[in-house]
Amino acid sequence: MGEFNPNAKGLLGWIDNRFPLSKMWNEHLAQYYAPKNFNFWYFFGSLALLVLVNQILTGIWLTMHYKTDGALAFASVEYIMRDVDWGWLIRYMHSTGASAFFVVVYLHMFRGLMYGSYRQPRELIWIFGMIIYVALMAEAFMGYLLPWGQMSYWGAQVIISLFGAIPYVGDALSEWIRGDFVVSDATLNRFFAFHVIAVPIVLLGLVVAHIIALHEVGSNNPDGVEIKKNKDENGIPVDGIPFHPYYSVKDIVGVGVFLFFFALIIFYAPEMGGWFLEKDNFVPADPLTTPPNIVPLWYFTPFYAILRAVPDKFLGVVAMGAAIVVLFLLPWLDRSPVKSIRYRGWIYKIALAIFVVSFIALGYIGTQHPTPTLTMLGRTFSALYFAFFLLMPWYTKLDKTKPVPDRVTFKKH
Amino acid sequence: MKKMTIKALAATAMLMLAPVAGFAGGGGNLHLDHVKIDMGDKASLQRGFKLFANYCLSCHAASYARYNRTASDLGISEIMLKENLIFTGAKVHSPMKVAMPAEGAKDWFGKTPPDLSVIARSRGTDWLYTYLRGFYLDPKKPVGTNNTVFPDVGMPHVLWELQGWQEAAERSEDGHVTKLTLVEPGAMQPEEYDAAVRDLVNFLAYLGEPAQLERSRLGPWVLLFLLVFSFVAYLLKKEYWKDVH
Repeated sequence: MGEFNPNAKGLLGWIDNRFPLSKMWNEHLAQYYAPKNFNFWYFFGSLALLVLVNQILTGIWLTMHYKTDGALAFASVEYIMRDVDWGWLIRYMHSTGASAFFVVVYLHMFRGLMYGSYRQPRELIWIFGMIIYVALMAEAFMGYLLPWGQMSYWGAQVIISLFGAIPYVGDALSEWIRGDFVVSDATLNRFFAFHVIAVPIVLLGLVVAHIIALHEVGSNNPDGVEIKKNKDENGIPVDGIPFHPYYSVKDIVGVGVFLFFFALIIFYAPEMGGWFLEKDNFVPADPLTTPPNIVPLWYFTPFYAILRAVPDKFLGVVAMGAAIVVLFLLPWLDRSPVKSIRYRGWIYKIALAIFVVSFIALGYIGTQHPTPTLTMLGRTFSALYFAFFLLMPWYTKLDKTKPVPDRVTFKKH
Repeated sequence: MKKMTIKALAATAMLMLAPVAGFAGGGGNLHLDHVKIDMGDKASLQRGFKLFANYCLSCHAASYARYNRTASDLGISEIMLKENLIFTGAKVHSPMKVAMPAEGAKDWFGKTPPDLSVIARSRGTDWLYTYLRGFYLDPKKPVGTNNTVFPDVGMPHVLWELQGWQEAAERSEDGHVTKLTLVEPGAMQPEEYDAAVRDLVNFLAYLGEPAQLERSRLGPWVLLFLLVFSFVAYLLKKEYWKDVH
């Protein structure tokens, strides 16, 4: 708590006596010292924040014209696309933003895997991040029901029916989630409530917690060196630079480049060949006609492939859940003496490469109609996915590491 | 209703539990002829609108689209629109509804003809192009015709007076019709008919997303701005980072 300063001048002084504005600005921006050796991979955190803001703002404007009603929802989306001024742009920013969110979040998480950003003392940053990821999946899943097209409807039907696989309580549980025996107007309304209020509030709170935890311990960097170990006489890390202005101006470059690709999709390929907006979703939801091939959107397909890889429905659901749960455990599975991939041996590098290939392959398999070959491949890659985590305590210990320097490596550019 | 519910659930369960089952229905694997879509070809879009108003709108609605918006996007005057393209007595700003009662349509065709507002986005333009050229005589069907890409379709060959009548000439092993021959010519030569269908599909592609005209108009400016913005931001970054050693 600050002392009241009678000599404080101006509006800022007046505010600072009543609210820690300058203090917060300094703690989180102007005097938050970040390692100076951030590379390309460090753009995606701020980009995730940008996309979050985009989703919230475009979402608010979509809500002004969207009708939460099974009989009106599909038509109201077309109304937004045709009759609302700039409605098409806002809608495409929102639908493209959903996919972009997962793109940047996956790259952000991969950065963490590469440089050991989840290691002590950053376990809680990783845990908060993982909860954000799970909340984001819930947000995306419920938002996808709202356009009330065939894929919205049947995708929700399939995913909710997964809860039915849980013994004893499954059927009652999925009925409770839907609020009906099938996905219906009741489901649409509650998903709307969750999508526009409940989950966004949780997401925002978690993002704040994620950033507070980060600023408490300080950012990791591509060398995995703790910059706080080397401080100058003023207690400032010698390899640290103030986030503002150095990283704020750098992140703006990232924002510009990101928005270029974002706009490229919005203006030239908003459907992204059926990957961002599926063909079947231009047919209004029809509870009596099942589309021939029900596929979740691309960002869920790796987990969908793991689900299908297991022949038993209940165990498949368990495997799918485990594939996400195991990510939470990452900080305690990694036993390597070093953090960054730069100083790890070949075993971890190969393990990470196999993991990336498996994740992408599973993502592809999850979009395809299952054939015996694909099912077999799906099983193989699912096994590799889990092996990356479950064998980690052993192979990270075995792995020959290189000596870690005292200071970060930085070339002036 | 309960029975339908169970059916829907069963279908879901089947999809979940029988991942190896095939779903070849609806002619998903059939060859589709490619059609070139060009939103810049206003004359083609106008001809397509004319065909659409004359042949499609009597049974199919396009209820998300408005007459006057469509006309102004396509460079058609309101007088032209009223005199030549609105046959239902609708106001110029009305959505394109059908005069035919939905219940009657269901009795006559087995199914209410689907709304065509976004048909190009759900079916794809190649499918529509192939479909509209794929009707052939089939005495086994109640309407007397069948279709290569949409077997047993309830819709009759509405454009017969333009195309004439085709018959199945070749079938694949699994019974799909792979080749058609013209047995009775219509008012148009085959090439003329293909061009007319292309106009119609071009129009349907427009109808699926009128905003695409605006999209392609704005796109280059937005991208150009972002390029300049990124470049300036890069210079700013470089300037600031001069002092980082």
